Amino acid sequence: MASTAESVSSPARPEPPASQDGPRGNPWRRPWGLEGITWLYILWSIVPIGIAVLFSFNKGASQATWQGFSTKWYVGDQVTSVLHNPSLHHAVVQTLILGTVTTLICVPIGVGFAIGIDRWRTRTSQGLNLAMIFSFVIPELLLAVALFLLVTQALTFISLGTPAEVAGLVVWNLSWPAIIVRARLVSIGRSYEEAAADLGASRMGAIRRVLIPLLMPAIFASAVLVFASTVDDFVIVEQLSSTGNTQPMSVLIYSNVHGGLSGPALNALATILLVISLAVALIGFIAYRWMTRGERKNGSTEALTSIAGI
Amino acid sequence: MGQRNTYDKRNRGLWIGLAAPGAIWLLVLFVAPFYVMLSVAGGGVNEFFQTVVPVWNPLHWSSFNFSAVWHDIVGTGAYIGPPALRTLVYTAIATVISLAVAYPVAYFVSRYAGERKGLFLVLLIAPFWVSYMMRMLAWIDLLQQGGFFNSALSFFGLPGNTDWLGGKSVTVILGLVYGYIPYLILVLYAFLDRIDQRLLEAARDLGLSKWRTFWSVTVPLSKPAIVAGCFITALPMVGDYFTNQLLSGAPGTTMIGNAIEGQLSSPGQTGQGAVLALMLLVILLIPMVYYVISTARASREMA
Repeated sequence: MASTAESVSSPARPEPPASQDGPRGNPWRRPWGLEGITWLYILWSIVPIGIAVLFSFNKGASQATWQGFSTKWYVGDQVTSVLHNPSLHHAVVQTLILGTVTTLICVPIGVGFAIGIDRWRTRTSQGLNLAMIFSFVIPELLLAVALFLLVTQALTFISLGTPAEVAGLVVWNLSWPAIIVRARLVSIGRSYEEAAADLGASRMGAIRRVLIPLLMPAIFASAVLVFASTVDDFVIVEQLSSTGNTQPMSVLIYSNVHGGLSGPALNALATILLVISLAVALIGFIAYRWMTRGERKNGSTEALTSIAGI
Repeated sequence: MGQRNTYDKRNRGLWIGLAAPGAIWLLVLFVAPFYVMLSVAGGGVNEFFQTVVPVWNPLHWSSFNFSAVWHDIVGTGAYIGPPALRTLVYTAIATVISLAVAYPVAYFVSRYAGERKGLFLVLLIAPFWVSYMMRMLAWIDLLQQGGFFNSALSFFGLPGNTDWLGGKSVTVILGLVYGYIPYLILVLYAFLDRIDQRLLEAARDLGLSKWRTFWSVTVPLSKPAIVAGCFITALPMVGDYFTNQLLSGAPGTTMIGNAIEGQLSSPGQTGQGAVLALMLLVILLIPMVYYVISTARASREMA
């Protein structure tokens, strides 16, 4: 990755001799058209969100006319601010609970699954790996409907609400640690672990003191992804939540957009959701860079793409 | 190789133990749910309470729900056919638009961004970290009557009183594009970034024009990424039932996901909802299997 980035960066290129400017044109010319499309796309994708954040600080109840700065939709208003409205308040708490509990369950079992499947090479493990990859590509609605039928018709001891939500979110996100850690396992190879075993480490010792530290960046990146995608999740939690108290922010926003608690309080709720996600992304980026310091030349790009799961 | 195998075999118990919690979770909460779905689809209805009666033995599955759904799709007064067709059309148009926008963006950032690559990546990844609901809410604010979009239209002398959120297919399709395009861009970028630049330089050196190089080297090389990226974008669109509810809410823009959700939540129709979900699953198995096989092949080449 590092070498490609350098070979395409235009400043590193010497100015082409004039003779190359012929019928084929100057090959190192800046592609203004492509750059224009890129910037238009970026504006289209980010400006609406910026406006929505701005209007969460609107003094009035409009989402289209600016009436002055205020934090009343966060803390001030006694009825519909995020701080004072019980359902808005509950939604924030529920989102954080789901994010934390799901990450704490999903990442350890996903990492174990990745290591185990990578080493235990039989038809059974291949079948399990296939099931994991299918869980990554299946449309979320189909899984959510199947889970709803499971907990209402068969495993009724898993009640709708937080238990069912966590169970579903863990299986939906299991593929993040499983895929990312497996890729890292392939890239670090077996030599370190075998050296540790040759030098007398027990098999658990080799995993705990050699393999896990080497996998740490991947484990961390997948934890960030699981948390962020849980916080953002809508379909599974909508199907598996029960009362208002188990509805996280995404479901509350969805059910209130048309009627109900509309107005800037929803923008405030969405902004809080945004800040949580961005904070997690930032922490993830900094920690990933720190953990992989000295590993590659292009650390920032590598850290960025890793915490985005690509 | 031989040594590696003995190491793996000697520790087989440990590997099974490590994989077990995740494996059990997958079996109980990913594989089993679809068996329950089959049992509900092949089961019956309690006539008195209108509740589902799942039938666990495959030999006793009835075709009652299947024929009811089939009738709803093709029979007179069929109300599932139109949303199913609409899902196909919306997804196809939205995927094509997404690809037309995503490819140039990913191509530019992977080849020409140079020193600013980090900045562009941050901007491209940013929407990925913003909640889907927030991104839709942002557009609802902009598109409402009296919102910024209509004001901008009237500023340029165009009719600025359109009810964009009142059941317009174009709003829903662009909403789908807006919602899922970041995934497509990231998949394309990750692949285009790894294309060996020497191949492109060789093509130019051998006399191909810039366009010919692009069409006969870059595009064919990136075909796997185009296919994988389109699947990753189109599969969630097919199962989407909330974008259209948020941006339109009108019956004229419902998709197959809304039909499934509606059947599931209406008394006595849960079994038919399960049948509909199964039908969608069977149709989507083809692209899903293709995707799984192609990623498995790619990871084998990587290893």
